[in-house]
Amino acid sequence: MKFGIVVNEGPYTHQASDTAYNFAKAALAGGHDISRVFFYHDGVNVGTRLSIPPQDDRQIQEQWTALAKEHDLDLVICIAAAQRRGLLDENEATRQGKDANNIADGFRISGLGQLIEMGIQADRTVTFGD
Amino acid sequence: MSETVKKFLYVNRKAPYGTIYAQESLEVVLIGAAFDQDVSMAFLDDGVFQLTKGQDTKEIGLKNFSPTFRALGDFEVTKLYVEKESLAERGLTLEDLQNIEYEDEDDDWAEKPSIRLVSRAEMADVMADQDVILSF
Amino acid sequence: MATLHTVNKSPFATQSLLSCLAHAKAGDTVLMIEDGVYGASAGTGLAEAVAGLGGGVTLAVLAPDLKARGIDAARLMDGVKSVDYAGFVDLAATHDRTQSWL
Repeated sequence: MKFGIVVNEGPYTHQASDTAYNFAKAALAGGHDISRVFFYHDGVNVGTRLSIPPQDDRQIQEQWTALAKEHDLDLVICIAAAQRRGLLDENEATRQGKDANNIADGFRISGLGQLIEMGIQADRTVTFGD
Repeated sequence: MSETVKKFLYVNRKAPYGTIYAQESLEVVLIGAAFDQDVSMAFLDDGVFQLTKGQDTKEIGLKNFSPTFRALGDFEVTKLYVEKESLAERGLTLEDLQNIEYEDEDDDWAEKPSIRLVSRAEMADVMADQDVILSF
Repeated sequence: MATLHTVNKSPFATQSLLSCLAHAKAGDTVLMIEDGVYGASAGTGLAEAVAGLGGGVTLAVLAPDLKARGIDAARLMDGVKSVDYAGFVDLAATHDRTQSWL
């Protein structure tokens, strides 16, 4: 079965992105596919590579990046939500005249249409949020 | 665009302004309208506060997005289910909500109300009839 | 045509669980996750309301969240099913849709 996953909250303040990660891992282990993971609202902050949690804490972004590499997952960060919150890839940083970008490996920034497309293509869409 | 037409329901249970969920949910609905899916919106619990008349955000400095609800008809989003019990619990009636209309192309573009008042049981039926439910 | 509902808030903080149960239909499953697991205990001020609202609805709880919060499985209301993340995935796959009561 093909799952689409929506992550509406992001790292550390809410448990949502952790639950989403554990769900994704279990789905893949169970032989299911994940057509896309869409990060929205504060969930976009999962995709910054500049987060430095204490050493005894989990590194949420790295967990997702590793899972994406291992299973060729499509991790999409909503562009509108990302721009509000200062999450940029190289292209966007250049286009907006900003002096830095912070998107992590394995994530890409795209439009809200990708969320709808995921809902159409996936057999089941599961949302994690506040 | 996909050939598949799925039933999408956007569930709104949160009040506007205190958090961004209502506003960013509306952004999804507007973008989603381009995908020619069967779209409905549900307003229950505090979500009914999103639709009230007379919102004026000037003094709090946030964008007043409530007029956007009246433009939904232009995006062919014409089914806004509002739960009666949620309104009543909050001391509201239909009169307290914005007048939201769409032009019915199958009926000589007659203006019709987009808001459909439903009971809690009817809302449960609407929810159970969907392919994809997005909550924000 | 059944729905898997997820509730992630304590019923002592928000109306989500009660609202969810008031909309769930016979054959549906309500899965309590994250802070939602506080709704699964017996003997609370809300246990009667929770048990009473869910006619024909299966109540389930995400065990890792229960364990994390130090809630002994023995405290659960009668009939509450306990699942791990793989069980959560199975529930999502075997129901026709998932609705998150955020």
